[in-house]
Amino acid sequence: MKKKLVSMLLGLTMVGTALVGCSSAPAENSTPKETETKTEAPAKEETKTETPAEEAEEKTDELITIGFSQVGAESDWRVANTESMKSTLTEENGFNLIFADAQQKQENQIKAVRDFISQEVDVIVIAPVTETGWETVLGEAKDAEIPVIIVDRMIDVSDDSLYTCWVGSDFYQEGLDAVDWLTEYMDGLGRGQDQLNVAVLQGTIGSSAEIGRTKGVRDGLQEHSNYSIVLEQTGEFTQAKGQEVMESFLKSGEQIDILIAQNDNMAFGAIDALKAVGKKPAEDVVIVSFDAVKAAFESMIAGEMNVSVECNPLHGPRVAELAKAIMNGEEVEKIQYVEEGVFPADTAAEMLPTRVY
Amino acid sequence: MSKTQEIVKKITGYHLFWPLFCLVIVLLFNLIKTPTFFDITIQNGVLYGYLIDVLNRSSELIILAVGMTLVVAASGGTDISVGAVSAFAGAVCIFALGTGETYQIPYIFGVLLAVLIGALCGAWNGFLVAKMKIQPMVATLILFTAGRGIAQLITGGNILYVKVDSFKRLGAFLPGVPIPTPIFIAVIVVIVTSLILKKTALGLYIQSVGINAKAAKLVGLNATVIQFLSYVFCGLCAGIAGLIITSRIYSIDANNAGLNIELDAILAVALGGNSLGGGKFSIAGSVIGAITIQALTTSLYAMKVTADQLPVYKAIVVIIIVALQSPELKKWMKHMRVKNSTQNVERVVEQ
Repeated sequence: MKKKLVSMLLGLTMVGTALVGCSSAPAENSTPKETETKTEAPAKEETKTETPAEEAEEKTDELITIGFSQVGAESDWRVANTESMKSTLTEENGFNLIFADAQQKQENQIKAVRDFISQEVDVIVIAPVTETGWETVLGEAKDAEIPVIIVDRMIDVSDDSLYTCWVGSDFYQEGLDAVDWLTEYMDGLGRGQDQLNVAVLQGTIGSSAEIGRTKGVRDGLQEHSNYSIVLEQTGEFTQAKGQEVMESFLKSGEQIDILIAQNDNMAFGAIDALKAVGKKPAEDVVIVSFDAVKAAFESMIAGEMNVSVECNPLHGPRVAELAKAIMNGEEVEKIQYVEEGVFPADTAAEMLPTRVY
Repeated sequence: MSKTQEIVKKITGYHLFWPLFCLVIVLLFNLIKTPTFFDITIQNGVLYGYLIDVLNRSSELIILAVGMTLVVAASGGTDISVGAVSAFAGAVCIFALGTGETYQIPYIFGVLLAVLIGALCGAWNGFLVAKMKIQPMVATLILFTAGRGIAQLITGGNILYVKVDSFKRLGAFLPGVPIPTPIFIAVIVVIVTSLILKKTALGLYIQSVGINAKAAKLVGLNATVIQFLSYVFCGLCAGIAGLIITSRIYSIDANNAGLNIELDAILAVALGGNSLGGGKFSIAGSVIGAITIQALTTSLYAMKVTADQLPVYKAIVVIIIVALQSPELKKWMKHMRVKNSTQNVERVVEQ
């Protein structure tokens, strides 16, 4: 009886793993397939254009072919980023997008870029997985005289002529924006001149978002002598750690007037910690957060968060604009920041339906 | 030898002495740096204090450490998949319960499903280790990497939130009870496990298989089944831990749920004075080890150590604790003491 049970369990797990094996396999295969089918697309068009009238040929000439190598689909933010690219770089807008999902592997990205070069695309767009290791393949792109736009994460190359420009978020500015909003809000409450204690939940130490936001917040608060950062600890960008660290903050004996969480998830955790001890988030402690994901808007509507500073994934329009400018032979700025909004709680309800990530 | 020396020897010889000693030392540091560490008050109807935090936050680690202890004891290897299995079990539970205003299936089925998934994953690991004789670390590496991937598949790569309020109770408080629920669960797991091990001969079997599987076989123990069962149990513990982890944040974040917790669980077993080579084991030791790890983290938060220096302090303390328990160091210290006393005796003789 026991043996039977054990063998049954075993059978089940094996079937389970086999199933998983099946379902994960297509997912892995889908990327090369996708790129293959998509890379075939322009080729097909060419053969088509030979037969019909010249108009069609002109049309393909006008289209700017863009090869975009994306990191993967690891977060909502990334999905929104991909969606923005796909919906902006359409044929109606004069683009022919070749999309390659790298599944978080740099070697896939390097391969994709080499494919783009051999296909002679007009512009290469890369959302890099890692900062380093780009010299060789970007050198090849440069030799082929194909302009390269880097989006989101920065790359670390000794020769910055290897890429044309970079598009992404200015985390430092986000930090400053948060402080600007905060001081204005506190002035509005009539507490602008009070001595105010700030607690900061940092992101994963060393990540570019953490470095930029920490510095931005510090520099911003330095200009207001009545604000002082009394507590600072990492919550590793996760809700669980945010909650744990906030619990500890609350017991530190320091009066906390303002909490700055460097992403929304940590803010959610901190809000739970506050509620558990009977404090009212957004009233007893002003809560400033970053990223402005959809759930943050829901939290603001529930009156538990005061503001979230956006980290905008919608890079598509800017990339489209830049690609056109580059193809027209215009000089473009090396560093291009996307516009990022500050969303206070009172605008949350009307903004929520428009949020895509 | 005087009587006091004998008593000292008896105390230090007690198998839980060094693990307890380390925990006390970690806590004593707080007495100097943050005296409020030991304050426990009631706030908002629930117990409130750093010590409560330590116990509350170490609950899932205690549960995992209990399972890990048995795996280590029976197979002389570690199960590195527990963190990923927790995420997997949590993902299945939340997926089954649904993200609507009410549960799709009764809550208890969601819980059972998570525990079952944990046990199934454990069975898979156990099959690979006990039956196929694959090195434990390599065998569990499969789920270590695949577990999170499966969880991602289930959640569609998103963080799924449960909107039903009662889902939070498991990771927070039951209405009217001032003690955090995870502590109760950890206590239940520890007591039930100890009872099973003490009341049946299973504890002895695990120990004998761990010390010498071949010899155990010769005396009629089925080593394969015993190793297999220990992995199933470890997986089951991972499922329970997964429930607590997801309930705490009433959501499943497949990327981060239980991330790196397998390393802490292994460390807890080691800090508890258990040999990672298998054989003799102490559940109580592992529990103390798990509490020590959390006490250390919470203490460093309380001492306001900055985030970038945090890992350094943790590493230093862990090195000291492990060194304190190392038999070689103890031998060396004994040797030095003997040398000293003989020198003293010689000096006395010379005078």
